[in-house]
Amino acid sequence: MKHTHKLLILMFSFVLFSCGNDKKNNQVDYSSKKAPVKKEVQKEKPKEAPAVKKEAMANVDLSNKGIGPVKSLDISGAIDQKLADEGKELFKNKCSACHRTNRKFIGPNPTGVFDRRSPEWVMNMIINPEEMLKKDPIAKALLIEYNGSPMANQNVSEKEARAIVEYFRTLK
Amino acid sequence: MKNIIKSTLLLVATSLFFIGCGNNGGKEQKKGGALENNVAEKVYVAPGEHDSHYAFISGGYSGNLTVYGLPSGRMFKEIPVFSQFPTSGYGYSEETKPMLNTSHGFIPWGDSHHPDISQTNGEIDGRFIFINENNTPRIAKIDLRTFETTEIIEVPNSAGNHSSSFVTENTEYVVAGTRFSVPVPQRDMPIKEYKGNFQGALSFISVEPEHGHMDIKFQILMPGFNYDLSHPGRGASHGWFFFSTYNTEEASTLLEVNASQNDKDFIAAVNWKKIEEYVNNGGGTMMPAEYAHNVYDEVTHTATSTMKKEVRVVNPSEVPGAVYLLPTPKSPHGCDVDPTGEYIIGNGKLSANLTVHSFTKMLDAIENKKFAGDAYGIPILNFEDVLAGSVEQPGLGPLHTEFDDKGNAYTTFFISSEVVKWKLGTWEVLDRKPTYYSVGHLTIPGGNSRKPQGKYMFAMNKITKDRYLPTGPELEHSAQLYDISGDKMELLLDFPTHGEPHYAAAMEADLIKKRSRKIYKLEENNHPYAAKSDADVKVVRKGNEVHIYMTTIRSHFSPDNIEGIKVGDKVYFHITNLEQDFDVPHGFAVIGQNTSELLIMPGQTKTSVWEPTKVGVWPFYCTDFCSALHQEMQGYIRVSPKDSPIKLSWSLDGE
Ligand SMILES: [Cu+2]
Repeated sequence: MKHTHKLLILMFSFVLFSCGNDKKNNQVDYSSKKAPVKKEVQKEKPKEAPAVKKEAMANVDLSNKGIGPVKSLDISGAIDQKLADEGKELFKNKCSACHRTNRKFIGPNPTGVFDRRSPEWVMNMIINPEEMLKKDPIAKALLIEYNGSPMANQNVSEKEARAIVEYFRTLK
Repeated sequence: MKNIIKSTLLLVATSLFFIGCGNNGGKEQKKGGALENNVAEKVYVAPGEHDSHYAFISGGYSGNLTVYGLPSGRMFKEIPVFSQFPTSGYGYSEETKPMLNTSHGFIPWGDSHHPDISQTNGEIDGRFIFINENNTPRIAKIDLRTFETTEIIEVPNSAGNHSSSFVTENTEYVVAGTRFSVPVPQRDMPIKEYKGNFQGALSFISVEPEHGHMDIKFQILMPGFNYDLSHPGRGASHGWFFFSTYNTEEASTLLEVNASQNDKDFIAAVNWKKIEEYVNNGGGTMMPAEYAHNVYDEVTHTATSTMKKEVRVVNPSEVPGAVYLLPTPKSPHGCDVDPTGEYIIGNGKLSANLTVHSFTKMLDAIENKKFAGDAYGIPILNFEDVLAGSVEQPGLGPLHTEFDDKGNAYTTFFISSEVVKWKLGTWEVLDRKPTYYSVGHLTIPGGNSRKPQGKYMFAMNKITKDRYLPTGPELEHSAQLYDISGDKMELLLDFPTHGEPHYAAAMEADLIKKRSRKIYKLEENNHPYAAKSDADVKVVRKGNEVHIYMTTIRSHFSPDNIEGIKVGDKVYFHITNLEQDFDVPHGFAVIGQNTSELLIMPGQTKTSVWEPTKVGVWPFYCTDFCSALHQEMQGYIRVSPKDSPIKLSWSLDGE
């Protein structure tokens, strides 16, 4: 079971590698010790164009709500600081191994994420990463962009994910 | 048990004859045609589907316990118990080394024998499984939520801990009876003065109801016989425990001859409730002893070993009415009690007939004080007074009996390589089926409880020749699965087992499945060296000890660059797996390490020691394929000369 599971992930990522978008992934940079942080946010991008074939870093799609239990979420109100603080602690414990709020790390930088993704998408990605990585076009593209490193399922509850979303709103 | 093979040339010759017959039986089986397809369907578990039963088969000389599915015969796991296990680092990691501590020091090997599942009200409850080690007497408890060994207690005054580890019907006690009698306390004395001076300790280990913590409540110091197997009473006989004996001759040399002189040995019937009451009222004496009690804490992920200094011993003659001896023909091996608790079966391995004692008749004989004599003050009952009946000439070399839910018994015959089904009460033989070959024990799921689940029975064999593809002179032993739901037993499947499948316990899967643990919660991780997030990552020097608080998640370690280590340092890698997802362990190994790798479960912390002897920059990496980037899951540790001024530093991606 274990091996099948892991093998599937491996095969899955190889399949993704092989169907286009792979020129960057196979590139090896010997010149500097660290790849430059790329600008991820392109606000001028039209919101209603889900560019599935395009690279994820350029892919801004606020209409995609992802796949998972969260169907609609309004985050237009004032920031709930207490909830955000809870989210900050959760982020430290469950996410900081792979995410930094000041740069692209093993996974994407969550600062300004709601300019690129809907809050529903973010929550579903946190709660339901396996299915998202299999079915959601943005998640699939991100898996390729991030070298086939899958988002780990950290057993985050819906309530906890909501707190993390609140924390993300405070990041500027 | 292997000694039996050597017993006499005649027996060997007979067994060869029967193996020949067995072969033919096997070939006939294969002519089944349509029937054969039907048999295949009965053991087929489609991809992704689950087996209906768990079987826990002892690994004998491997020291561990293996987990199989029934009816498929697929092996799912090997649980390390008494032996170091490189697959997971058990007995190598700093947290698990104390599990193998004994009064003789750290012992990396022990042979495991008879597993038994905990019970409530006489029914299997699927919480714990206990198993005994024979060589350095120990009893282990495995938690069936995690399938991890969580407690091991050494048994003092014991040697060859064989008649164990069977549990009473509310898991009040797990017993550990000694196979070999020894001087108690141990001392320097002539071996030929064995008779009358050696003693056999029967240990009753209490099991605390909630967490299952074990403690030796008392030891009964019995005469210097060999105590081979045991079984608790059930139902009406609950409160009693029965132990088969051999070597009532008290011989110390050439036992295959000298321990087979008496026409009858005994089954010792122990009224443990009576002794418990005696002990609770202050009876027995505390005796100096030294034995280790090792407990694994699932919150700190760490085992501790405590050396105990005394044990309570009871001389059976001090407690009148607590122990009786039931004469039983010729070196009984198995000692089995039927689910009602009325019948006590003694499998006299050198006897032609199977002997069945009646619990009711035993009580009656005791009531009427019909004693044939005594042995060291323990009353001996008359054979005829306690005999319920015998199964006449059922086969050669009976070893062990289990029961179904329909009043039938199944006995293995080692020499004639067969399982014989017979009826309790009428003692008539109903069916017999060959095994391939030299069967030891057999198991029926729930067979040791008041409620056996009489669908499957499997026999565990000592000899495998020609059943599978040859793998050189050494073969894995074989087990054979039979359908026993009908009138006749039907052979369904052959499957190889690991080590020596000495005995097994089995049960319906659902009870264990629904309680099975999938991860360790990080919030509950109280390991003193845990790094529960990247904020906790650090490297600390204490003299020549360096403690690295490291985290791991797909697909990196943090930190992954460490400098300032010096030759002669003792480097502790304390690694916390930050994953909180089922079945995502990470491994860890560093070059030149002379302990095994680690395998760290989600949410767990484990520690590996590395003592670098050479200057250099040395890699470490994840040993368990975890994601597409598993190959990249690595780091470097720089080792400088002993007097180097380089300061301790660590980093991940320059941070
Ligand atoms: Cu790994």
